[in-house]
Amino acid sequence: MKVAATQRPLSATHYTRTALTLHWLIAGFILAGLFMGWTMTDMAISPARLKTYNYHKWVGVTVLTLALLRLLWRLTHRPPALLPMPRWQQRAAQGGHALLYALMLAVPMSGWIYSNATGYPVVYLGKLPLPNLVARDKVLADRWHEVHEVLATTLAILVALHVLAALQHHFVHKDNTLRRMLRWRP
Amino acid sequence: MRNRPTWLILSAAIAAVAWTADLNISPSTGSKVSATFKQEGVEVQTPFTRFTGRISYDPARVAAATALLEVETGSFDFGDAAYNAEVRKKSWFDSATYPKAKFQSTSIQAAAGGFQATGQLTVKGRVQTITVPVKVSATSAGSVFDGSFTMSRKAFGIGDPVWEGTVDDKVVVKFHLVGGI
Repeated sequence: MKVAATQRPLSATHYTRTALTLHWLIAGFILAGLFMGWTMTDMAISPARLKTYNYHKWVGVTVLTLALLRLLWRLTHRPPALLPMPRWQQRAAQGGHALLYALMLAVPMSGWIYSNATGYPVVYLGKLPLPNLVARDKVLADRWHEVHEVLATTLAILVALHVLAALQHHFVHKDNTLRRMLRWRP
Repeated sequence: MRNRPTWLILSAAIAAVAWTADLNISPSTGSKVSATFKQEGVEVQTPFTRFTGRISYDPARVAAATALLEVETGSFDFGDAAYNAEVRKKSWFDSATYPKAKFQSTSIQAAAGGFQATGQLTVKGRVQTITVPVKVSATSAGSVFDGSFTMSRKAFGIGDPVWEGTVDDKVVVKFHLVGGI
């Protein structure tokens, strides 16, 4: 793997291009997934609603896959150290990031289980049928619906805090935290 | 030899029961009827929760068997109130006008593992003659009849044009009928 070798961080001050790409791709898909999730449930019964539900599921499967790749990358490539900041902020950042990783996996997984429990298999991009994790079961479906909603709401709150923290670093502390997630190193 | 009359009466009674083995079919006997179709490439199997049927079946005289199954179209259950309401509308099942879909056999032919049932399928007031292969198995619960057939929903006028291209025309009806006396 030549690519992996050349993309290893040259110093501990910036992210690899792979890490940048995965971060922003996942960010976009998470926002799209959350937006669809919140609006589609109020749509009237129609082919458009059915399609939106499918796109929402595809987005979820995409996030799950990219998050797994990202986790693998993170475990094999050390990210740059946090910039100087009070200890409680470091702890909050580390805890928040760990929770974000957990939710990037848990939110799509709970949606997948919820979909199966309502009797709908997940067919990625309408072509690739994913295995059914549970059988159709109304009680189970209601329970996983709730789990999916709570987890997704938690993810949304965490994403908002993540963005606010990044903006705070950029505009208040005027440090490199946000900049290093934007800088594409050749 | 002494018991001969008793035996005769007993076997006659057994034969009579077997002869007139009218089996009642309903969800309460553990029977299941469902329709499987694809929407946007996703296969969905949706059950009917209310149906009744009557199968007269004697393994020794398969050709004399008869089968009747009546399914309440208003019991098609997506597990979602909004979708259930949609499918009961005029453009779909029109459950208010046509509360029941029906299969009534007209001739039955013995086949390996069971029989072939030919009969009339009536859905939404339209009638089609179909032949359905049925597998018969004897279980501790009684005779069990399994099978499926494929139908075109459009041939029965089921479906709103709005959903054209979203919901497949092809529908596979599956049944697992457990006979109770």
